[in-house]
Amino acid sequence: MSATRDDVGGTPLPPGWAKPAHQPDAFELTTTTFEERSAKTMARPFARAAIANATDHAAALTTAKFVGTDHDALRDQARQIRAHAIAKLPDYLDQWIDQAEENGTIVHYAADESEARRIVAQICTDEGIQRVVKSKSMASEEVSLNSALEAVGVDIYETDLGEFVVQAMGDRPGHVIAPILHRTKDEVHELFSTMAGHELPNEAEALTAFARQGLRHAFLTADAGISGGNFLIAETGEVLLVTNEGNGRLTTALPDTHIALVGIEKLVPRRSDLAVLLPLLTGHGTGQQITTYVTVASGPRREAEADGPKRMHVVLLDAGRSALLGGEFEEALHCIRCGACQNVCPVYRQVGGHAYGWVYGGPIGAVLTPLFRGQAEASELAQATTLCGACDDVCPVKIPLHDLLLGLRRRTDQDGFVPRGERLAFALWGQIWSRPLLYRASTAVARGSLRTLAHDGVVSAKAPMLRRWTAGRDLVVERLQR
Amino acid sequence: MAVQLFPTCLGDVVAQQTVVDAERVLDALGIRHRRPIGATCCGQPAFNSGHDAPARAVAKATLKALDDGSDEPILVPSGSCTSMIRLHWRELFHGTPEAEAATRITRRVRELSSYLAEHTEALSALNPSLAVRVGYHDSCHMLRELRIKEAPRDVLRTIAGLELVELEASERCCGFGGTFSGRYPDVSVAMADAKIDDMEVARIDVLVSSDPGCLLQLAGRMSRQGTPVRAVHLATLVAEALA
Repeated sequence: MSATRDDVGGTPLPPGWAKPAHQPDAFELTTTTFEERSAKTMARPFARAAIANATDHAAALTTAKFVGTDHDALRDQARQIRAHAIAKLPDYLDQWIDQAEENGTIVHYAADESEARRIVAQICTDEGIQRVVKSKSMASEEVSLNSALEAVGVDIYETDLGEFVVQAMGDRPGHVIAPILHRTKDEVHELFSTMAGHELPNEAEALTAFARQGLRHAFLTADAGISGGNFLIAETGEVLLVTNEGNGRLTTALPDTHIALVGIEKLVPRRSDLAVLLPLLTGHGTGQQITTYVTVASGPRREAEADGPKRMHVVLLDAGRSALLGGEFEEALHCIRCGACQNVCPVYRQVGGHAYGWVYGGPIGAVLTPLFRGQAEASELAQATTLCGACDDVCPVKIPLHDLLLGLRRRTDQDGFVPRGERLAFALWGQIWSRPLLYRASTAVARGSLRTLAHDGVVSAKAPMLRRWTAGRDLVVERLQR
Repeated sequence: MAVQLFPTCLGDVVAQQTVVDAERVLDALGIRHRRPIGATCCGQPAFNSGHDAPARAVAKATLKALDDGSDEPILVPSGSCTSMIRLHWRELFHGTPEAEAATRITRRVRELSSYLAEHTEALSALNPSLAVRVGYHDSCHMLRELRIKEAPRDVLRTIAGLELVELEASERCCGFGGTFSGRYPDVSVAMADAKIDDMEVARIDVLVSSDPGCLLQLAGRMSRQGTPVRAVHLATLVAEALA
């Protein structure tokens, strides 16, 4: 069957592309620590430089985009829209489902990740879908959709250029907007040359052309397109998608079946809400007023329409979201996945997205991962921040990330995930420093110890209590001068 | 005019010089000052680690010491401790018998440089002078919670001969982050290195900040690396310029 469909025209898929890539390794969230994962990225100087350059650049674009505008007022409006949508999520979800079904869309609800995998795999089996083109979707990363579909014999082609590289490398996206921000052009050149079987010119245009050539053919021969969704519009039952490469439109419009996997928190009440949210999403994501393509998927092809998918499925993904409604961490659901907090995060800048161990990196990852995966798996992430607050200042929908991270640290204590030693240390500290006399005695001891340890006003020895500090730093103890 | 100067725990252990220098500056300005008796720590180390109970216990001791019935301003030579008291004490003491006192203290507490910035004319009249090239590091909580950015720069500009240059990313975190610095030392140090790179590009002699925590981090890393940049508190530089 695949032999005949490869005759449709365009350039046939190169042989190595029939089953692109190997599957990425399992998520390391529970098997390694943040420190261990950070070390992996930090051991790759090129990756670190790439991450720092890319995030600095993106942050500068965002700043420039909103100069001279009443950015803060726009963010306030956006926050209100998101807060309202999430507060009334069950109602808007019902409205969206009614509208979507009226449009002829087949709606599914996945309570968790395995259900999402099962639903999409079932659609593929039922409809005889063997080849899928996929436009970038973080929700699909959450449920590890690709490996689930490949297990039932479906060939998947990631069509976002960055995701295409990620897939071919057996890697994972390192950023919500820029999946290969942690990769260099040279790495892509090497990868594509291997795939092509000959040395390609090491130029962005030539490398892109190579990917486009094969992807064009994948689009023309795919049985289904799988996408995510940036917004679900309740009043119309539509799924809105922003992309820059055109792959989103081809994915959603060309194959006979379109399947969208979308988190339920992506709901907004009205189309008009997007007048506020879209420019904030694109401005904070890529510094654009609007993306090259804004695709509104409004159901399957209607009678007398010349194009569009014959069938449209939407899989609404819960996977930990509804559990947050009405709780202390509800505001995490306001996120529109622009990546701006990753771009300004000084920790992310050093360690990249993979250090966070699951799908989302940076401040929003440190918040969402423990909330979606549970404290038992991810309580450590709330510690992987200096609480500098840069994320709060940039978030287009004003999620109080600093407060959520601090709240998670408290929750970690309440839930009993704080190591006993740390609890005891703070309890003891509280006992001593709440008594002024003991406080004075303890600070005198501390000063005396530091002076004893110091040479020329500097503690650099590997003193037992200070080992982790003095591994890369001195402790400067100034001689008091009056 | 009389004020109180709350040294904070860092001022009592590693940044004693900062407190003494702040006192010298206040002396020069003719502002009477004293250290509150019995004040310990603002509770931030535990609060920011999610341990509210010990944070409250410690903060309560300091609260009692500061709530002395006077309405004298309480100056704090640390942006993050000021932020802890001004913004988080109300939350910490909410629903406790100390709630009212916490509100009273909140109104009196001032970050040192923002207080000094109200006395720039008097400072200038003392002819402070120091020929150095200085970069200023905005500490996170002072900048983003207290929204103080220009005040320390205004104070530095009173010093004749001082050249103030803006660092490439003066607002980026230095990597200290309290317990973060010990939990993730390699990441923390890498973050400090990014700041030090900016300082080297700007060819500054002295890095000034208003947070002993950031200074501990940056001075510690520069000492280890042999970077020829001094990292000092604003109070220290002003005191030297007045000497």
